[in-house]
Amino acid sequence: MTGPTNLESRARHIRQTWAKRCNKVLYMSSVKTDFPTVDLNVSEGRDNLFWKTIRAFQYIHQHHLDDADWFLKADDDTYVVIENLHYTLSKYDPEQPLYLGRRFTPFISKGYMSGGAGYVLSKEALRRFIKGFNTGECTHFSSIEDMALGKCMETMKVEPADSRDVNGRQTFHPYPPDYYLVRQAPRPRPWYLLYDHYTPIEGPGCCSDLAVSFHYIYATQLYVLEYLTYHLRPYGYKYRFNPDEKD
Amino acid sequence: MLSDGGSFMKGMVMGGLFCLVLSFLSSFSPSTEFMTEDHHHHHVKAASKEELNHLSDSHTQELLDQVRVSCIIMVQPSVLVYWAAALDTWAKHCDKAVFYTSESSKALEAIDLNEKDDWARLRKALKHAYDNAGDLRWFFVARPTTFAIIENLKYLVLTKDPSEPFYLGNAMKSGELEYVALASGIVLSYEALKRLVNVFEDEGKCPERGRALWKLSEDKQLAVCLKYTGVFAENGEDMHGKGLFNSKTVHSLISDSMKANPTNVVEGCCSDMAVTFNGMSPSQMQVLMFGVYRLRPYGHDFHDLMTFYPPEDVFLCRL
Repeated sequence: MTGPTNLESRARHIRQTWAKRCNKVLYMSSVKTDFPTVDLNVSEGRDNLFWKTIRAFQYIHQHHLDDADWFLKADDDTYVVIENLHYTLSKYDPEQPLYLGRRFTPFISKGYMSGGAGYVLSKEALRRFIKGFNTGECTHFSSIEDMALGKCMETMKVEPADSRDVNGRQTFHPYPPDYYLVRQAPRPRPWYLLYDHYTPIEGPGCCSDLAVSFHYIYATQLYVLEYLTYHLRPYGYKYRFNPDEKD
Repeated sequence: MLSDGGSFMKGMVMGGLFCLVLSFLSSFSPSTEFMTEDHHHHHVKAASKEELNHLSDSHTQELLDQVRVSCIIMVQPSVLVYWAAALDTWAKHCDKAVFYTSESSKALEAIDLNEKDDWARLRKALKHAYDNAGDLRWFFVARPTTFAIIENLKYLVLTKDPSEPFYLGNAMKSGELEYVALASGIVLSYEALKRLVNVFEDEGKCPERGRALWKLSEDKQLAVCLKYTGVFAENGEDMHGKGLFNSKTVHSLISDSMKANPTNVVEGCCSDMAVTFNGMSPSQMQVLMFGVYRLRPYGHDFHDLMTFYPPEDVFLCRL
């Protein structure tokens, strides 16, 4: 999800880094350009965020439903490791009504997925989301995009699935890695972990080796994460975490 | 006729003596290039895949057994958090890591050299490391603000013989002097360290308090002393010629690359096999440990030809 003012400063770097690894990528905006961007016929701004999301999914449902099994919504300040997303999704069936992301607890009884960390809808979940708005079961009752989407998912009986790895470590992250990884003395939950559904862990146990996303990642940091994920490595090192066996 | 021949002979003898004296003098000059030295070049590159493929299994195993690193980290109590960060992060991957301090601190273990002068302290630390080397043959000298990936250091020196003098890192030039910057890490082979410890005895060539006229930083002093023993600074590079010892943080290097190579930022930046970065904060070091040793895309296999197992302790510690 992007906008005209962010194409040069943000979307361009995403296009040069992780977006290349999507099977298909669409840049959602309010203006059509040769970037290329899609014109959703919605104004920019935080108040219109949910409208933009609704229109984006409607556009995809209309034009691209058969192009994919899973549909990821990410912001233009999110970094995503597509291979790890594939891996996380591999144990789920896209014909089942479910969606994945960083699960938050409040406001919605089944919780909802953090918008900033990015979330993925299965094909069936997307169909139900569209149906909900067609029948009026889902409405634009709030402009808080992630929470409102969560309400619609709950109404349409789409299940929030667990995106954590085999060791219970989080894969979707609504903040940059330094918020989580730095060792802390035991303390009450800091503000940015208050909404977490699964009990958050601070320090190295916070995050899966096969992390899927980080948020509030701008230009330089995008390339830094790209370098760390795909390039810089210790020669001849045996990774301690083997995802295909439980610890 | 006889007198002509006589003066000709005199001339020859004078000329011959003159040449002899000149060559005698020049061989004592410290700035003479030792052309007979095996590797008097300025770059040391990591072995290529082809070279490694040609090694026999037993030879590979020999090299792996030999390439163990002793880390010498110069600390001060004023940088306590960095000291703790190094201890908790990259220093665990050294086969041996010793912290040398200028004054004791109750908080962390280090060898107190009781020496305020930076150069004198470094000398003592190096001598101590040499005297306690055991069977370790490679020495890595750093500050706690340095971040090192020891496996990549091992990869760089894997096929190099430590009984040859090697003095590697981020090679810089100050006037005529080529030296390795301490902040981005200095690598010394056993032979280089041995020659250094020997020249420490020579107050003329390698004074303990440095020359009073101009105060050189300790890394430059080191270069001067090593030069006397015929050991020269060399730039550590990967097989593509990219420097492996970085004087800046990852963020800073990437930022530079965004300006220099806007369409090819990551490839145009730092090496995949980088050994050091400098100036990272303790929090950044913790994030970098995750970025280097854990974060990766599922399914990628680098097909490395050998494994560098970290020292036993690392497996005992929780992540």
